[in-house]
Amino acid sequence: MALLEIDDLSVTFDSEDGPVHAVNGLSLSVDRGETLGLVGESGSGKSQTAFALMGLLARNGRAKGSVRFDGHEVLGLPPREMNRLRADRMAIVFQDPMTSLNPYMRISHQMVEVLRLHRGMGRREAEREAVRMLDAVRIPGAKERIRLYPHEFSGGMRQRVMIAMALLCQPDLLIADEPTTALDVTVQAQIMDLLSELQRELGMATILITHDLGVVAGFCERVTVLYGGRVMEEGPVDPIFARPTHPYTRGLLAAVPRVDDAGGRMRAIPGNPPDMADPPEGCPFGPRCALAGPDCRTMPPLAPFEGARARACHRPIEEVRA
Amino acid sequence: MVGQAEKIEAVAERLGARAGGGRSLWADARRRFLRNRAAMAGLAILVFVALFALCGGFFAQWSNEELDYMVMGQVAELGGPSLETGHYFGTDDLGRDLFARTVQGTQISLAVGVIGALIACVFGTVYGATAGYVGGRTDGIMMRLVDIFMAVPYMFVLILLLVMYGRSITILFIGVGMISWMEMARIVRGQTLSLKGREFIEAAQATGVPGPVIIARHVVPNLLGVIAVYATLLVPLMILTESFISFLGLGVQEPLTSLGALISEGAGTIAYGTMWQLGFPLLFFVLTLFGFFFVGDGLRDALDPKDR
Amino acid sequence: MLTYILKRLAVAIPTLLLLIVVSFVLMHSAPGGPFTAERELPPEVLANLNAKYGLDAPLWRQVLNYVWGIVAHFDFGPSFVYKDRSVNEIIAQGFPITLTYGCLSFLVAVTVGVSLGIAAAIRQNSWLDYAAVGVSIGAQVLPNFVMAPILVLVFTLWLGWLPGGGWQGPEYWILPVVALSTSFMASIARITRSSMLEVLTQNHVRTARAKGLPERRVILGHALKPALLPVISYLGPAFVGMITGSVVVDIYFSTGGIGKAFVDSALNRDYAVMMGVTILMGALTILFNLVVDILYGWIDPKIRY
Repeated sequence: MALLEIDDLSVTFDSEDGPVHAVNGLSLSVDRGETLGLVGESGSGKSQTAFALMGLLARNGRAKGSVRFDGHEVLGLPPREMNRLRADRMAIVFQDPMTSLNPYMRISHQMVEVLRLHRGMGRREAEREAVRMLDAVRIPGAKERIRLYPHEFSGGMRQRVMIAMALLCQPDLLIADEPTTALDVTVQAQIMDLLSELQRELGMATILITHDLGVVAGFCERVTVLYGGRVMEEGPVDPIFARPTHPYTRGLLAAVPRVDDAGGRMRAIPGNPPDMADPPEGCPFGPRCALAGPDCRTMPPLAPFEGARARACHRPIEEVRA
Repeated sequence: MVGQAEKIEAVAERLGARAGGGRSLWADARRRFLRNRAAMAGLAILVFVALFALCGGFFAQWSNEELDYMVMGQVAELGGPSLETGHYFGTDDLGRDLFARTVQGTQISLAVGVIGALIACVFGTVYGATAGYVGGRTDGIMMRLVDIFMAVPYMFVLILLLVMYGRSITILFIGVGMISWMEMARIVRGQTLSLKGREFIEAAQATGVPGPVIIARHVVPNLLGVIAVYATLLVPLMILTESFISFLGLGVQEPLTSLGALISEGAGTIAYGTMWQLGFPLLFFVLTLFGFFFVGDGLRDALDPKDR
Repeated sequence: MLTYILKRLAVAIPTLLLLIVVSFVLMHSAPGGPFTAERELPPEVLANLNAKYGLDAPLWRQVLNYVWGIVAHFDFGPSFVYKDRSVNEIIAQGFPITLTYGCLSFLVAVTVGVSLGIAAAIRQNSWLDYAAVGVSIGAQVLPNFVMAPILVLVFTLWLGWLPGGGWQGPEYWILPVVALSTSFMASIARITRSSMLEVLTQNHVRTARAKGLPERRVILGHALKPALLPVISYLGPAFVGMITGSVVVDIYFSTGGIGKAFVDSALNRDYAVMMGVTILMGALTILFNLVVDILYGWIDPKIRY
């Protein structure tokens, strides 16, 4: 049985201009210890998927469908039971370390409260454990610096603190929501290396949310490509990267700048992501797709092919090309 | 008041961000304002109060100074609101027509509010724009001074002034205005600082336009939105201040009157059962304040939709 | 933190001295001396009076004496109107009363206002929220001098539950405290509500939720402190407003506080008392703002430097 099974998940936000459909009938699953990349442009619904399964949607958001964690339905769980899962069994690292830590509280307090809550530890013991975890994410002088406030850390260090905080209870599932987007490029690599190492060490399942395909290639076993709140293509990383069959996946890959491709230009996908308050009929990528035809007015089903792969496209790119 | 200042700063940021560019912000703001029911109600109330203050006199059967000897001494029994006697709002304790007095009080309260707010805005804008534009040490000293002024319980000082220089209405106008320019100065200074780095200001400086002209031509016009919002919200505060002082008997002097003075008189006589003496002035007082607050809030929301 | 407090003190003390000097100079630049107002005095009597009150010395000397009297002996000098009473005595008589209902009102305004604001924010768009918003809008136009007569009308004249004036026991405190605190309570509730609503959308609150903390602890432990910052910066102006409002309370409820002495002295042109009260209130305000600044620094680690 998979650790996490999302089935037909939809997330809708009420807004003044009517409902906004951030996620539409999304299904995916993550096994224990597996690393899954959730890829898409901004607004594709990746972060909202993560928030929905942690029960962290904004007040005007509603989630429908089913999210099963370790066999138990999570959507609509009473707050008390949801709180027992959060941080203890599924933890999340947010995008922006500059604002995700409480600026008015010492790091020690912010970390200790997690252990006291979920592990029932005493203050001393919890603090020892927190320092150990800060050591594990390689914050130098953790023992002293745990007394500091967030603003006394750099961005990269803060993200390390966030990671340490998320790992305190050694969760079964870690969601990393664009953990490096807000950081400097040099720091990004360090953070990803750290995450990768910790993931192997602790053996937890990880969902890495990102728009950076390079990061996915280095970190994940499987990848799910989202567009307009729907799964476009999914499967093991290597074949997808080697032979993308969905026009959107291909567009994403083509948009990645390459060092070895000195002469080639970066090819951005023309057009803009769909307005989710008024989504296009059928395939959401249709309006931007070079291969789209009249049949794309209906949403193609997510159909398996080539064993572990699946895609939702009426007009996939020919797999074998001369 | 501080809460308001913060919100206004938010508006200011928004306006500042778009300064110099396009009509769309204003057109947008007008549309939002017209759609805001509370603000439109406030506007209607204000129009009504203004009409009452300006034209109410034509309907009065009595002047505000005449004593009605028929009701004198028996105000509680005979001085109530009545169409027959021509005292629509009843009479005050001395037998003067309360309708005429309320018209007069509304006029004066509105005048103090508007003129006080104008003085505060003009002074605060000039001060704040100068401090922000000149910058450096001058700015530091000027703003420190504002900090110091803000820490003074101004009402006491204003009363001190009123007592020393005679309780004239001019002093009241100026005094009420002078005590609330500080917040305006702060806001305008902050905006000026952010405007200062903008291209059109730098261009003007580069071509040798003198500082005061830049402030007058380029800085202030770009802050008009903020100033308008602040002024609208300042008027009711001015009216409150004036009414407070008049309530204590230290403000407007007879034969002039203001809503605060009328409320004070009415409040002093409620024990005798002459409810109308408190009720009518209070009604117009509350209406006026509501009107300004709603319009001010509406303007602010219209210019800063993200605050909703 | 200590340097922060010292820095604040370095501003507070000059402010206070400036306030004293300015009000003193203002008083002396007033048209006509304190004794010329009411009746015509023979020149020699006037000279005598001026000598008695030290008004014949050069201005700088008078200022110095006055400031020194206050700083060294806490002495505001004699009253100009009541020959046998010093300003100190007049203040000492009324001040404890003002302090009592002032502190009570402040406590009521802050505790009720903050709780109401939090409750409204948590249950946004519930009846409680609408009620709180409605009350706070209504209270904006019901300042203390409007509340006072309305309260007396309802609770004294109609219902007969509470005394409408005097100062003889706790039941006399209720109406003054309600009259004084209502509008500030409403403002505090409004500020708390909107800042709490904003804080609740911030990222670090989401982090707190992701930790599995119960909602109560998310709000009290993580959201409350930042949500209170705007409230704390409002406390200074609220304090000034309450001090000012105490004058109305003293007049309308005959509580016998310091405000009555102030208005009487204003009507009598008793400059010495007016200045004494003004300076005392100014000092209190400055002291209070100092406390507020320290409180702010205590909550927000970023501004302690």
